[in-house]
Amino acid sequence: MRLTLRVWRQSAADATGAMVTYDIDGISEDMSFLEMLDSLNEQLILEGDDPVAFDHDCREGICGACGVVINGDAHGPERTTTCQLHMRHFSDGDTIDVEPWRAGAFPVVKDLVVDRSAFDRIIGAGGYISAPTGSAPEAHATPVPKADADFAFEHAECIGCGACVAACPNGSAMLFTSAKVNHLNVLPQGAPERETRVLDMVATMDEEGFGGCTLTGECATACPKGIPLPSITAMNKEWLRATRKVAR
Amino acid sequence: MALATRTDKRADRKAGDPGGGRPGKRPSVLGTLWGSTVGKKAVMAVSGLVLLGYLVAHLLGNLKIFFGPGEFNEYGHWLRTMGEPVLHYEWALWIVRVGLLAAVILHGVCAYQLSRRDIAARPTSYVHKRRRASYATRTMRWGGIILALFIVWHLLDLTTLTVNENAQPGHPYENVVATFSTWYGNVIYITAMLALGMHIRHGFWSAAQTLGMGSATRDRVLKITANGLALVLTVGFISLPVGVMTGLVS
Ligand code: HEM
Ligand code: SF4
Ligand code: FES
Repeated sequence: MRLTLRVWRQSAADATGAMVTYDIDGISEDMSFLEMLDSLNEQLILEGDDPVAFDHDCREGICGACGVVINGDAHGPERTTTCQLHMRHFSDGDTIDVEPWRAGAFPVVKDLVVDRSAFDRIIGAGGYISAPTGSAPEAHATPVPKADADFAFEHAECIGCGACVAACPNGSAMLFTSAKVNHLNVLPQGAPERETRVLDMVATMDEEGFGGCTLTGECATACPKGIPLPSITAMNKEWLRATRKVAR
Repeated sequence: MALATRTDKRADRKAGDPGGGRPGKRPSVLGTLWGSTVGKKAVMAVSGLVLLGYLVAHLLGNLKIFFGPGEFNEYGHWLRTMGEPVLHYEWALWIVRVGLLAAVILHGVCAYQLSRRDIAARPTSYVHKRRRASYATRTMRWGGIILALFIVWHLLDLTTLTVNENAQPGHPYENVVATFSTWYGNVIYITAMLALGMHIRHGFWSAAQTLGMGSATRDRVLKITANGLALVLTVGFISLPVGVMTGLVS
């Protein structure tokens, strides 16, 4: 395949960036989007240019490191991560726009790389349980109803990629935060910190400068792991409950 | 979750500080509500639902116009004597007015503050534009502004009668007919009621999510209720100008 790429190039966090056009040939439709970018970078290095910086790690859709906006869609046209998006979803001769996540709380570091450490700080504010470590506990000691286990698992699938923030017109992190809160709050292991978890994680989310939720649903459409929009409703319920309980 | 690429943006933070930096003492319930995006949205949802409840009552009262000047003007008079003899003349009306004003102000201030924050949270837009579902957000913001302007006009028109030519105090029926006998009266009211319908359509469903009352199974019922309320209120209110225009009410 022969493609025209228009890629956001920005040499440093405080530099002004611009879309730069590159022509690339010999792209196989079995390549992933990241492998296509690798090919572009090989070509740039041979030409003596600076390669395009982009984040990636596992390349199997589980770590959440990768993620760019492709033709206006976070992670591109398919519901998957950028590393798992294959070039067969594009056609020979296409022009593809590649941009970094855009949000005030995710400043661009270089080219397509953004600083998502705001997510780490939201996790640090309550996305954990306090438990003594040591030998593995007996699995049957703490029974979990099947429905709760399924609910927790559905939310545990969030890989923290940030596509929800990138897709939201308000740069809101509500879908991410709700996935993390719901995952732990429904489980008995998460119960002791149920109230402080949701209050502190939402407060940190606000402090980091993410926008509020207007329920447009763009986040859930973009999420590669299918975290659904009602997760936000469930977190709102937890937050209101915690606000009432903590006041007592 | 991968460890994020970091910049030194938060270098001022102490090592080991998770970033939340929670103070030991939590603010009061009201402080927590007002200080959080989730809480402010809950304030919006409740004040919006209060206004919605008022609108349903307001519509029922307005529909009495189709039963003639006697019944309508009598209803207008009752609004002032309601609550008697426990309350003095017009006291109940003023209590309702103060409540409505508080709801409108809370709703508007929260909308303004949240919208400012949302716009600031997305400082750079994408070069590659696509039709985004910010449709709801945009219609809510513009719709809200239209409704705020409408409320001011509506009060000047049918409450204080300031902008209503040919108005006579104490004759609400005749004043409504006077309003809808002008082209601009019809344009203003019909435009505002269409905006109201769209506002309620997203707003009612949205309020249910904000208050944690939605769920995957209840979504259909909530959406149908939102659409039904929007349709009934819009068509109901618009029936007044249409009634006057067609000569049904004169
Ligand atoms: C002062 C004029 C008004 C302004 C400026 C205004 C503005 C807004 C805005 C910006 C939103 C948020 C939409 C979103 O975030 O998606 C909203 C939501 C809402 N509005 Fe209004 N509005 C006004 C009047 C009204 C009236 C008259 C009603 C009563 C029918 C109403 C009912 C609602 C409801 C129920 C919500 C949903 C709250 C939520 O999202 O949780 N609004 N309004
Ligand atoms: S909710 Fe979905 S889109 Fe958002 S960070 Fe988690 S996996 Fe990514
Ligand atoms: S590189 Fe790990 S999810 Fe894409």
